[in-house]
Amino acid sequence: MELEYFFELFLGGLVKGSIYALIALGYTMVYGVVELINFAHGEIYMLGAYTALIVASVLTVLGFPQLAIVVMAGLAAIIWASAYGYTVEKVAYKPLRKAPRLSPLISAIGMSIFLQNYVLLAQTDKFLPFPELIPEFEFWEPYSHIIGSPSLMILVSTVIIMMLLTYIIKYTTMGKAMRATAQDRTMAMLVGISVNKVISFTFVIGSSLAAVGGVLVASQMGQINFYIGFMAGIKAFTAAVLGGIGSIPGAVLGGLVLGMTESLATGYISSDYEDVFAFALLVLILIFRPAGLLGRNTTQKV
Amino acid sequence: MLKLSHVNTFYGNIQALKGLSIEINEGEIITLIGANGAGKTTTLMSISGVVPPRSGEIIFDGVPIHAMSPEKIVKMGLCQVPEGRRIFPQLTILENLDMGAYLREDKDGVQQDLDYVMDLFPILKERRNQAGGTLSGGEQQMLAISRALMARPRLLLLDEPSLGLAPLIIRQIFDIIARINKENGTTIFLVEQNANLALKSAHRGYVMENGVVTLSDTAENLLANEEVKKAYLGI
Repeated sequence: MELEYFFELFLGGLVKGSIYALIALGYTMVYGVVELINFAHGEIYMLGAYTALIVASVLTVLGFPQLAIVVMAGLAAIIWASAYGYTVEKVAYKPLRKAPRLSPLISAIGMSIFLQNYVLLAQTDKFLPFPELIPEFEFWEPYSHIIGSPSLMILVSTVIIMMLLTYIIKYTTMGKAMRATAQDRTMAMLVGISVNKVISFTFVIGSSLAAVGGVLVASQMGQINFYIGFMAGIKAFTAAVLGGIGSIPGAVLGGLVLGMTESLATGYISSDYEDVFAFALLVLILIFRPAGLLGRNTTQKV
Repeated sequence: MLKLSHVNTFYGNIQALKGLSIEINEGEIITLIGANGAGKTTTLMSISGVVPPRSGEIIFDGVPIHAMSPEKIVKMGLCQVPEGRRIFPQLTILENLDMGAYLREDKDGVQQDLDYVMDLFPILKERRNQAGGTLSGGEQQMLAISRALMARPRLLLLDEPSLGLAPLIIRQIFDIIARINKENGTTIFLVEQNANLALKSAHRGYVMENGVVTLSDTAENLLANEEVKKAYLGI
């Protein structure tokens, strides 16, 4: 009984953590390449969820089969959110690339407030019901008391997405160019890498991941409003800092540690203080390991 | 092949290049010598488009490049090995070389050049899967030169290749530079503080002070020049 309870909390933490990790990757990759905390990232996540909601609603009315709705709503969310991520960078950050570092940061906060209010005006301030995009799989029925289909779906899709991301970053030319730009931007220019292209690519990838996260969470929670990006963004940012901002494995680890902490602490101590545990963990890590769990604070050899 | 005329480059309000004019012909090894802060590195960064000049002209192969983006300039066959080598520390040696060939699409040619540079510097082949940052200074310089060669440049800019290296390694690097020039016909523009070494390997040289060229002649004549001897050769 004891063990079963622990296992339940553990799986819950894993699911939560993998979502945090998905969003945290966007923060960490953008930070790695342009050294900017993209505070509008949570809003991209929210926009992804809204896009999926709109597309899914329309397709449902038109009578499409469930699977087609899931795939098309997901793809639409990715494309739409990427377009937003790309545009936000061009509009709010690119003109400030040579400005002092505080300016793009303020611009990011402004962009976040703008996007929230824009959705508030265009949609509504009320919670909207979100359809259960992920069905209860029949073949999973015997095991569904351990982990429900939606949670399973979240775990499986994040694992697949992270494998895909690892492949892109490690082996494709664009991925290598991204790492090169993060390590030495001037040198990247000198070998002919178009830094603008790399930055745009980074924003598009980060936004896609956030959009997937948004759709998965919204479908599990069953409702969304214009404000969901704020808390998700702050938590994912915490995860990124926890793991060491700029480090990709760090973002994944940070997300999992954060999700696990929240889940176990709420399960064993009190569920009223979920956010307190998350941020207390952040404070502790920053005291003992200021660069984060996997952060680099090595001096570079010249 | 490359012609700079009356180039003025600024960092904010500070003028680093004050009407600089230099000409490089195809197949030559040209050296630019001068003291610290004379503007040598700025000259190279202006040519590469990283710090574009505010006024003046830079013509490469008859095409004005002073307003071009760095990647377009690289694409035209003008590459730089910057000061301090600037290896991508967390990329492997192979990935560093890959990045050198970033703009190329001829896979066979790239493979051929990869074999060529690994033949030039066998140590790179041995350590090809090691992170660039773990190499010694001399090895990093070899990698930096190889990375630039991977773009198949027609004009190669080298910024202080001897900086911080042991004499034996410097000799090896300069032998390779001469070999690249002779075997591939690559034109070389060499910036050096080690004037003696630079002038001995070059055909012609320019002497630079405070953002302008104060002297230009054949390398031989510069080596014999009294002023150069006193100021740069320590004789």
